[in-house]
Amino acid sequence: MATFEETGPRHPVTESTRVDKVHPRARLAKNVRAIVVIIVAIMLLFPVFVMMMTAFKSRSDVVSIPPKLIFEPTLEGFVFLLTERSQLSGAALEEARANADELGIFGQVALRNGQRITGPSDFTIRLRNSVIIAFGATVASVTLGLFAAYAFSRFDVPGKGDLMFFILSGRMLPAVVVTIPIFLMYRQLGLHDTHAGMILIYTVFNLSLTVWLLKGFIDEIPREYEEAALVDGYSRFQAFYKIVVPQAATGIAATTVFSLIFVWNEYAFALMLTSQKARTAPPAIATMLGRGGIEWSAIAAGTLVFLVPVLVIIFALRKHLLRGVTFGAIRQ
Amino acid sequence: MTSTSATDTAVPPPTTGVQKHRALSDRAIINLFIWPTLIILIAFNVFPLFYSLFLSFTDYSAIAGRPPVWVGFDNFNRVLFSEDMWRAFTITGRYVLFSVALELVLGFALALLIREQFRGSGIVTTLILIPMMLSPVVVGLFWKLIYTPTFGYFNYLIGFRNPTVAPDWLASRFAGQPMPGLALWAVIIVDVWMWTPFIALLIYSGLRAIPDYLYEAAVIDRASSWFQFRRITLPQVMPLMLIAVLFRTIEAFTKSFDLVMGMTGGGPGGQTEVVAVKIYQQAFLGQFQTGRASAFAYMVLIIVIAISNLYIRNLNKMRED
Repeated sequence: MATFEETGPRHPVTESTRVDKVHPRARLAKNVRAIVVIIVAIMLLFPVFVMMMTAFKSRSDVVSIPPKLIFEPTLEGFVFLLTERSQLSGAALEEARANADELGIFGQVALRNGQRITGPSDFTIRLRNSVIIAFGATVASVTLGLFAAYAFSRFDVPGKGDLMFFILSGRMLPAVVVTIPIFLMYRQLGLHDTHAGMILIYTVFNLSLTVWLLKGFIDEIPREYEEAALVDGYSRFQAFYKIVVPQAATGIAATTVFSLIFVWNEYAFALMLTSQKARTAPPAIATMLGRGGIEWSAIAAGTLVFLVPVLVIIFALRKHLLRGVTFGAIRQ
Repeated sequence: MTSTSATDTAVPPPTTGVQKHRALSDRAIINLFIWPTLIILIAFNVFPLFYSLFLSFTDYSAIAGRPPVWVGFDNFNRVLFSEDMWRAFTITGRYVLFSVALELVLGFALALLIREQFRGSGIVTTLILIPMMLSPVVVGLFWKLIYTPTFGYFNYLIGFRNPTVAPDWLASRFAGQPMPGLALWAVIIVDVWMWTPFIALLIYSGLRAIPDYLYEAAVIDRASSWFQFRRITLPQVMPLMLIAVLFRTIEAFTKSFDLVMGMTGGGPGGQTEVVAVKIYQQAFLGQFQTGRASAFAYMVLIIVIAISNLYIRNLNKMRED
């Protein structure tokens, strides 16, 4: 019988580690596919580029018809976003111009429009609220979630399936539906428009995510590690925090970041449960349109301020993205 | 925290000072670990739902300062026979149907494209997920700028050079004439932009799990590539597509709120009032019809719970495989 070496493959070889052995048609197809994917990616990212560009456009460049692709970058948008300004005129303006060197970058940008910075804008407070609430809720939900996930992963909890379902189902509820009673509840308890109230509600809504994700990560840690520790005389609790927690560090980090993104982006609860004191950035950006003329560059700057942390996170977490979104059911 | 690996933590014996920890039985640990989570969920998820069930049977306004008045099924009757509600459901239905269908088709195509890795494919698949990770309300806002007929990019990109004869997407007008449905399509386009990469990645993870021998066997049997696609690829990724559909349907009732509020606020003339926006308007704007909005919300709740039940069941099946 003829061997493979004598007759060669029956089909054209389309894949090989040696480049010269790949059929040219297959190589071409592969390159074409790569180019198409890159074009699609560029198209998909175009709106993000537009947003970044708009953030650095001046007021007149934003509304130019047709829209400009090449323009002189300016920080006007950021100045509008982050500061309160007052209009200068006459002698005051002259004086300010004379002392322009003493001003910071923002001050000089404002001066070009004949304005003086009087203080930070409301938006800086909103951003601070966003940070406080996001971190508070994340710490709480990851801590609680870690304990619950460990118990669900390692013990025969009675009614485990139902409990896990119950925990996840909370997340599926539309925010608007849940908010009506919570709004009334918060008003009674004095939690409306408070940081504590927002941290609580986000903790509740992130718990489902943290429990499910962390359970998946803990399931992957071999039980033998803990069993060895228990044999050596560790208590369950010690085994948990000395062995399971360090082993699950990557998973905990990923979960933390998903929780942060969720709170950072959340709009519906923030819109309905806050009004002033504890209002976070997303509803603030949305209402910015309504106030005194549309400052598109300020909105774009606000969006950019918002986008950067998310971008950093996406890159740090790219291996776990799919897992986070599907509650750990699908692994990349 | 010191980085402890399993091998060296096993060595040092525990000190005697921690005896009280050992006294905790497994039973106690379970209770201690699970109950905080359950209590907080019951307080902020279960209790509010019962409360709003009660409210849905009452005439109550959150700003009126009067206690709720029991009206029986009156609210449900009104909601069921109101045109507004059916309209909101129709709009939501259209939104889900078109956006999910487009996302599936485009996502499948994209998944087939990225199926074979090339240099830099990892970074590309990460980059295209950016839209999904952004805040929908913020996304909606900057698309509002992109859709602006005069200084937005969208019309210029799709070939309308003259703003006076171009579509004004968010106002549902084309060259000055009303064109109903355009605003909803504008929202659908953004939804597709945000979620197609995610669906593609989901399908891609399914494609990668298909064993090569199935295709090899098909080649030996001289099966056409269409046959291979229909009989091997499609059935193998079907469960994942189902998950994608259910996931997006749930999102259409939840996250669509953010997107629509950012882009149109429900307008023009209520053309993009999806269910969540309608409930919000009823409950938190104007007269604060808390009771009636609760009844409306409960109907949505039943639908969402039914869909999410299916969704979680499928997720669990996936996990077990």
